Amino acid sequence: MTYLVYSEDRELAFQLLGKARELADKTGSSVAAIVVGESQEYVKQGADKALKADLGEFNVETVKEALLEAVKMTEPSVIMIGATKRGKEVAPRVAAALGVGCMTECSSVDLGEDGKIIVERLTYGGSTVAKETSTSTTTVITVPSRSFEKLEPKERTGEIIELTFEAVKPRVKVLKRREKPRSSVDLESAPVIISAGRGFKTQEDLKILDELAEVLGAQISCTRPISADLGWMDQWVGISGKKVKPSLYVACGISGTIQHVAGIRDSQIIVSINNDESAGIHGLSDYSIVGDLYEVIPALAKALKEAS
Amino acid sequence: MRQVVLLKDIPDLTEIKLHRETRAPIVEGVKRRISEVDKRALEAAIQLKEAVGGEIVALSMGDDKTKTALLEALAMGADAVYIVNEPEFKCLDTNATSKVLEAALKQIGEYDLVLTGEMTLDSLSSQMGPRLAELLGIPQITYVKEITAENGKVKAVRDLEDVDEVVEAPLPVVVSVVREINEPRIPALMKIMRAKKKPQTVWDAAALGLDVEEIKAQSYVKITNLAAPKVERKQIKIEADSIEEAAKKLAEAIVSEGIM
Ligand SMILES: Cc1cc2nc3c(=O)[nH]c(=O)nc-3n(C[C@H](O)[C@H](O)[C@H](O)COP(=O)(O)OP(=O)(O)OC[C@H]3O[C@@H](n4cnc5c(N)ncnc54)[C@H](O)[C@@H]3O)c2cc1C
Ligand SMILES: Nc1ncnc2c1ncn2[C@@H]1O[C@H](COP(=O)(O)O)[C@@H](O)[C@H]1O
Repeated sequence: MTYLVYSEDRELAFQLLGKARELADKTGSSVAAIVVGESQEYVKQGADKALKADLGEFNVETVKEALLEAVKMTEPSVIMIGATKRGKEVAPRVAAALGVGCMTECSSVDLGEDGKIIVERLTYGGSTVAKETSTSTTTVITVPSRSFEKLEPKERTGEIIELTFEAVKPRVKVLKRREKPRSSVDLESAPVIISAGRGFKTQEDLKILDELAEVLGAQISCTRPISADLGWMDQWVGISGKKVKPSLYVACGISGTIQHVAGIRDSQIIVSINNDESAGIHGLSDYSIVGDLYEVIPALAKALKEAS
Repeated sequence: MRQVVLLKDIPDLTEIKLHRETRAPIVEGVKRRISEVDKRALEAAIQLKEAVGGEIVALSMGDDKTKTALLEALAMGADAVYIVNEPEFKCLDTNATSKVLEAALKQIGEYDLVLTGEMTLDSLSSQMGPRLAELLGIPQITYVKEITAENGKVKAVRDLEDVDEVVEAPLPVVVSVVREINEPRIPALMKIMRAKKKPQTVWDAAALGLDVEEIKAQSYVKITNLAAPKVERKQIKIEADSIEEAAKKLAEAIVSEGIM
């Protein structure tokens, strides 16, 4: 039983290595990883074999070839791939090439009594946790960032092996890459989050959150339409965005669809402000105010200042 | 240009109730509709057809109810639908399903563009596009939020975490779209009525030349348990005569939770 790890995001690859090492040690198996950047660090982070490949700029067909070559070399029972968008497009492609099972966005990974891998992942829009297992000899899984901790790096013995594979000429040509503005906000570890939904009419209006964010020491986030449709912020919360676990989550002008709520379920306290009494978010909150966010938010900021 | 759009009909997630003891979702009897992102894939196909002409066929693997659910696709603008309905294929995983859809695509014959959604909202698996691209031996463009076609090529903008990537690919190609690509049209009543007259073909395993046991043997992923996590929220509605009063009560509640 060998584990093969790959992510184009080194930090995420190390988190996967941490988990793979833990599982491998249980059964005395080994861990291989495809290297991005410097190799020795992969050994320090838990790999027995660091497979050095010349991957260049990420391209799904090239990475697929490299992974298939690594599979031939290491005969893994589990291939762990980081669930970034790039990882999520290469994982099923590899699974299809091998004709094997694939389980995506796994939040937990374990071994069953039969030694087969068992994962937990969300289904039904994010409302339900499914426990899944796979009976194929090799199984591909994808794991999102922050699901597991990386190990303390330490000096270990491991091989660094050159991975040679047939170069492919990508059929999809990249004409241009337009960098997106990236905020450095780390929503996953923010203790307090205020989140904006379509209840906000203009981007300018988001400013009314600043004062409240200051009193609460909060980071600001949003729903997918605010980010992906309107481009007012660069990251959102939910099933296809960040999964957060603050002690306080304040949902402002958010209706409470399953896809959004799946990302905030681990919040300790949820507060909602929505002017529609029938909005689903109220029933999913600890405290809610039915009211106009444009009035409630400044009033709440003021009241909090006085109360603290 | 001949486009095949892959549509999955899924239960209305807002209507799903939970089993009292096991907290497993009860899906039977819940009305099914085409998955939201898939409708946007279809809308993208319709807009491409409006620009460059051609034909749109919809393909779905489902059951007896799928035919009704797919009338919406015909009303929106698909020219024909193909449905795989094989009772033996009820609980296939994505690997096995992709083999069935591959066979169906081969039966459909010529295609320039295969369109899918980024993921289905029920299974959240987001595998089918890349899997089919691999099986068909053609390239894939995932996370597409804009697409145009001309001179036997497509140009698309992909929405990735850190960049928008503008790409170009020769046909045929598999494209999976994100929700932001468009707003799907709502068909007029006339079109809904005319939809029933458009061709609908239903295939079982035999019609696709598939061996039922062989396909079932390639279904590897099994669900061993399904349960909605229990979340107990206080659900306290703060009521007061004025906004200021309500805000004050909420502030006190937040402070008393020990958060400040
Ligand atoms: C594949 C897929 C993945 C998705 N993933 C995500 C995800 O990860 N995260 C996510 O958030 N969404 C996701 N979505 C989108 C999701 O389905 C909803 O469209 C979205 O969550 C709705 O966002 P919203 O609550 O901001 O907007 P709406 O649903 O439009 O709600 C706006 C709310 O604001 C209230 N309101 C309006 N004016 C005011 C006012 N003045 N004061 C107070 N309240 C007001 C309204 O009553 C309403 O309830 C996904 C969708 C798909 C198809
Ligand atoms: N049974 C099916 N029939 C037709 N299309 C499907 C089916 N399952 C998945 N798809 C397509 O593949 C996309 C991704 O699905 P999934 O991999 O299940 O998340 C969907 O948005 C559909 O376009």
